Amino acid sequence: MSLKLSREAFDDVLKDLGKEYKIYAPIRIKGEGRFSDTDVVRYGEVSGLDEIEIHEKAHFSPKEILFPITQTLFYFTEGEYQEPKYDEKKIIVFLRPCDINGVTRLDQVFLENGEDKDIYYERLREKVKFFMIECIEGFDNCFCVSMDANKTEKYAAAIRFGDDMLVEIKDEALINAFQEKGEFVNFEPTFIQENLVNVKLPDIEQITTETFEDDMWKEYAQRCIACGRCNFVCMTCSCWTMQDIAYDENNSSGERRRAWAGCHVDGFTDMAGGHGFRKNYGDRMRFKTMHKINDFKKRNGYHMCVGCGRCDDVCPEYISFSSCINKVTKLVGEERK
Amino acid sequence: MDINTKKIKKNAYRVTKVRGKTALRIRVPGGHLDVKYFDIIKEVAEKYGDGSVHMTIRQGFELPGIDFDKIPEINRMIAPIIQGLELDYGVSIDDIEGGYPAAGTRNVSACIGNNVCPFANYNTTDLAIKIEKAIFPNDRHVKIACTGCPNDCIKAHMQDFGIIGQVEPIYEASRCVGCEACVKNCKKRVTGALRMENYKVKREEDRCLGCGECILKCPTGAWRRNPEKYYRVVIMGRTGKKNPRLAETFLEWVDEETIIKIITNTYTFIEEYIDKEAPLGKEHIGYIVDRAGYHVFKEYALKDVVLGPKAQVANHIDFGGYKYERNIYFTK
Repeated sequence: MSLKLSREAFDDVLKDLGKEYKIYAPIRIKGEGRFSDTDVVRYGEVSGLDEIEIHEKAHFSPKEILFPITQTLFYFTEGEYQEPKYDEKKIIVFLRPCDINGVTRLDQVFLENGEDKDIYYERLREKVKFFMIECIEGFDNCFCVSMDANKTEKYAAAIRFGDDMLVEIKDEALINAFQEKGEFVNFEPTFIQENLVNVKLPDIEQITTETFEDDMWKEYAQRCIACGRCNFVCMTCSCWTMQDIAYDENNSSGERRRAWAGCHVDGFTDMAGGHGFRKNYGDRMRFKTMHKINDFKKRNGYHMCVGCGRCDDVCPEYISFSSCINKVTKLVGEERK
Repeated sequence: MDINTKKIKKNAYRVTKVRGKTALRIRVPGGHLDVKYFDIIKEVAEKYGDGSVHMTIRQGFELPGIDFDKIPEINRMIAPIIQGLELDYGVSIDDIEGGYPAAGTRNVSACIGNNVCPFANYNTTDLAIKIEKAIFPNDRHVKIACTGCPNDCIKAHMQDFGIIGQVEPIYEASRCVGCEACVKNCKKRVTGALRMENYKVKREEDRCLGCGECILKCPTGAWRRNPEKYYRVVIMGRTGKKNPRLAETFLEWVDEETIIKIITNTYTFIEEYIDKEAPLGKEHIGYIVDRAGYHVFKEYALKDVVLGPKAQVANHIDFGGYKYERNIYFTK
């Protein structure tokens, strides 16, 4: 079912849905960006249409809604432990096709990787409905088309933003909220067909340990500063580490948290005794690259990277991941389709 | 040749070592200007000067080799510069074709600021212009500079008033992954105001300079910027032949309005306490403060100033530097 709604009517629908759902979307926070007099665009809870920022790519991905940056797994007191309260309220997320495809990767990692599911992820994931922001033009550094992540059908609703709002509703649970608020039209979202950046993917059968030792990684050893921005803005980076905290005032109570970890950041491969596997920053770049466009596919049949380009947008040293993929492809040859 | 040197000095010209030749100083408040003004500077230098221009330490232009009798013509030629770089900024000057009406209060200089520099915590040129508007034309000898952050590229510590940008970092603990990038950097580069406690960061407010490095380094945006602008004001730094010294902090975490007010208040203090017998009636503000005392200066400077809740004022300033000749401070 597709509808055309005025912006006011759409806003009313959001307010209505807000009673049942927490609604997350990219928002612009004025003046709170990294540099002075700049804004940050990232995910936050919204209560109305005008709060949603659609003209700029969110600097951080929506993964933090499903996989919080830090998350308490349980509290403990002496011999007992307790899980944190579970918020029953359902969730709506406004996001683009690349990011919906990114969630598929997160699902793979947290739900389909071995016998046990990650219940903390699963509990959040089950509550989420996707409101897909139609994305026809993309942004600088996007290469979703090359990664086959420009299209998706996994959405509850698809939205074209404009003077009037066009909405395709797939999820029947949403129909009540929308119908009678607009007029029926024929609308299906269009997906971007070409990005400004194109990537040629490597023939992963040709990637060997020799590829790992190639000189191309030396350049990154010089350029990368191991800040981890690329990991943390990435929609599909899903590594985390455990933090056990004993409260200051009483050491016999505390909590276990998990927190995002990044393979570029110091400490990621630290072992007891001070050993670290990838002290060289070029090795870290290689490790990330190989996970995104080699071994994940060998295991799951599709690439991990969705080509959102946020890593390129954020790198303070102007390291381009899409260029890196192209370099690997130049080294080993292009994938055979 | 009959020249009233007092008059031409006030007009931003000077007596040079070459008899009969003068040099003109062009003010560039905030150190930033449209290139269209280069055409006028070039024309004046080629037609009346020696075809060269000196870039001054205060970010003005000095045009040497000018004949004294050409001053009125040159003043008419530079009217568009005075229009664009003074009147358009809100400075009031009665006779736009008469050149600069004062030269004692020097050009308000600025580092490149947040137009370009990632470290800068504010638009230094804009603030310099606002200060210019408040204090020009004025003949008292006061040097002011604005710098974006405590790196102090403009050398605010060498001024009578040095304005240093501050930012309040806001910590969102739930966004912090405990990578320690901010803590390590603060320890290495700044004051070590940050430390880890239970995988989260603690900031000691008293040790925090407000430089904003933690915000720049944070990969997850756990440190955010309070969009409110704050400033540190360092005072009475100087070079010179008696007692060169770096400026010391007078105020921290104050707003723009406070800065303008304390600087304008300072002119009242000068009129009250300047050495009436100073040679040529000139005395640098720093020496006046030395004689009158910091507490007297403070009283004048803070008159009618409403300080914000975060503001801090120095109780006492122990000015350092060194004296070329200590005996000059004794009288037989």
